[in-house]
Amino acid sequence: MASLKELKGRINSVKSTQKITKAKQMVAAAKLRRAQAAAEAARPYSERMSSVMASLASKVAGQEGAPKLLAGTGSDQKHLLVVINTDKGLCGGLNANIVKAALTKARALVAEGKTVEFYLVGKKGRAPIKRAFPKEVGTQFDTSEVRDPGYAEAENIVGEIVEMFEAGKFDIAHLFYATFKSALVQDPTEQQIIPAPVTGEAADTGGAAVDYEPDEDEILAELLPRFLKTQIFGALLEVAASEQGASMTAMDNATRNAGELIDNLTILYNRSRQAAITTELIEIIAGAEAL
Amino acid sequence: MALHFELVTPAKLVRSEDVHMVVVPGTEGDFGVLEGHAPVMSTIRDGALMVYKSDGAAPEEIQVQGGFAEVGENGLTVLAEHVEG
Repeated sequence: MASLKELKGRINSVKSTQKITKAKQMVAAAKLRRAQAAAEAARPYSERMSSVMASLASKVAGQEGAPKLLAGTGSDQKHLLVVINTDKGLCGGLNANIVKAALTKARALVAEGKTVEFYLVGKKGRAPIKRAFPKEVGTQFDTSEVRDPGYAEAENIVGEIVEMFEAGKFDIAHLFYATFKSALVQDPTEQQIIPAPVTGEAADTGGAAVDYEPDEDEILAELLPRFLKTQIFGALLEVAASEQGASMTAMDNATRNAGELIDNLTILYNRSRQAAITTELIEIIAGAEAL
Repeated sequence: MALHFELVTPAKLVRSEDVHMVVVPGTEGDFGVLEGHAPVMSTIRDGALMVYKSDGAAPEEIQVQGGFAEVGENGLTVLAEHVEG
């Protein structure tokens, strides 16, 4: 059995760990509210953007000379996987789940004989993906310098991706991130971003003919990169909210576990203290009787 | 007689109000939007939106960058990447 001093040391060490997890939990709870508000504030823009895109794309789709970002390159050989992770840990299985979804997709694509390349955003996805696909990791976008990844980061990321696309480095791009459902549930999500999937209700123009200024093609060409930015920006916000949610839940669990551990150790400590006292008493009584 | 005007950026909904007229800096020239305007969709150049709260009132300027304007049945919606002021 461990000595009293050892037990006391362990109790103290668990107590200080509990303090850290508790603090992190409270920080996450406060940040979560802000991240959720930011995600909600971004919604009107992306909704309008999608409906405008849908109505435009339905007009242009199928025509010749449609922009490549919408129609694709006509090949599906090279795939780019854009994986958005967090920069910080202490958020349970969030990053592991995103990475797992990305790796599953990558393995399936490789099995079909396609080539894959990774574009990583956030620090926490790098190590596991590099371990599985050491040669396929391309660009790593660093968001650790900024406090809250925002629209400026989304602009930079899209700039790089579009450049790569125009240089013919890939044909199809997929985006991996976590959708924030609640503090308990964050779903890893996969989404194709290039060629742009056109879904959603077309904006209702009331049947009236809409004037386009300049014409549809030009508007579309300008809109597509912007649409992409909106999607990446949305994903960044979702991941930010998910990180705080997952962190809150994970730290809540950790705090509770630490509490249990402390209780058990305290019982053990008291027991051995009592045992030591009893032994001491027996020794004294036995000594007294011997006289 | 009012035009519903919405100005939206990726970060938030900046404006949502009823106004008299808005002059939009389109890529192919400025155009004013009053109530009942025909549906139009136009890209905009970096410049100032002029918002007239009521007929004859002094316009309020809002600097916008990168975006487009859409006029539909529900009024005017301007999607801009950056807004100042």
